[in-house]
Amino acid sequence: MAVSTLIYNTFMRRNSVFVGTILFGAFAFEIGFDSTIDKVWDRLNSGKQWKDIKHSYITSDE
Amino acid sequence: MVNRLSSSPLLKRVSSTIARGFSNSAVKESGSEWSNALSIDRANVGHSKVSRNTRAAIVATVATGGLAAWYAHLYGNPIKAVTVAEHGLHPASYPWPHNGWLDTFDHASLRRGFTVYKEVCAACHSLNLVAWRTLVGVTHTADEVRALAEEYEYDSEPNDEGEIEKRPGKLSDYIPPPYPNEQAARAANQGALPPDLSLIIKARHGGCDYVFSLLTGYPDDPPAGAVVASGLNYNPYFPGGGIAMARVLFDGLVDYDDGTPATASQMAKDVTSFLNWAAEPEHDERKKIGLKVLIITGTLWAISLWVKRFKWTPIKTRKILYKPPKV
Repeated sequence: MAVSTLIYNTFMRRNSVFVGTILFGAFAFEIGFDSTIDKVWDRLNSGKQWKDIKHSYITSDE
Repeated sequence: MVNRLSSSPLLKRVSSTIARGFSNSAVKESGSEWSNALSIDRANVGHSKVSRNTRAAIVATVATGGLAAWYAHLYGNPIKAVTVAEHGLHPASYPWPHNGWLDTFDHASLRRGFTVYKEVCAACHSLNLVAWRTLVGVTHTADEVRALAEEYEYDSEPNDEGEIEKRPGKLSDYIPPPYPNEQAARAANQGALPPDLSLIIKARHGGCDYVFSLLTGYPDDPPAGAVVASGLNYNPYFPGGGIAMARVLFDGLVDYDDGTPATASQMAKDVTSFLNWAAEPEHDERKKIGLKVLIITGTLWAISLWVKRFKWTPIKTRKILYKPPKV
């Protein structure tokens, strides 16, 4: 109860704060979600992607 | 829910009240008519063994079956313009590294596949939709692709006199075709046009499996009875069996820079993977977005189920009381 009251008083009491929370939350969620999916993808495909094999083809520093 | 309601003593009282309300004379009369009809039917059953309804059902079933058989006879076996052999042998399905929902291409294989395309396929087949720049970060480094592009000459912008000169290729140029136009391609190949390979994996039934089977499926001799027109080569996977392209992949045809032995099937696998990448450069992003969509919509679906139950629980679990009026 105390937590929900705290959340309500912090994020929902003022509409400007509420809307800002939603907008910021959307950005934060998308960044976190996308990077998580990328990590999962890289783990499932380790050794198959260009980033895993390019070290053997880079001759000079580019 | 229904069980709980019907087992409650209140509801029993309600239903018995309803039954009492309906038990008037009209219902009784119609009920007796029904029972009369039923007794007549039973009497008929007595001497003919099969009731009229059963006979009607048998007749209807036979008629339906007969009609279906007649229809199937008329339309069920359409005349096929091609035989199975003319349709082309169906390829086996191979375990490609990129088959799974969350699998990307084997990029080392893509790099080898580009070598095969450049050394072998590019003699006849164009790759019009692939620009040099798209290879960067997929199969080669930027420097390597620049060096590859500079091996070819492209038309420059008109100079001050309006003349178009030749310049070395840049990253933004597209991979050059082997022939300037279709007529030149046909003239050089006995009238057969080597198709552009940019989308060939998408454009053929069977995709990778078909192209791999075609490349590795040339028998040493055509089977007995197969008629191959002059200038064509026998390949069971090609519709009709006669393909203008001869077998091109032989062991040791190219040198791979990563030391992989260049067997014919290895080259076929690599170039097929490369052509699949060329046809679907968005492949990785597509699969990632698919995963994201499934996760997000799955979560929203679960939430919507929960909300529905939350909202409907009081409605579904309420009990309706009936208080009969005092007479």
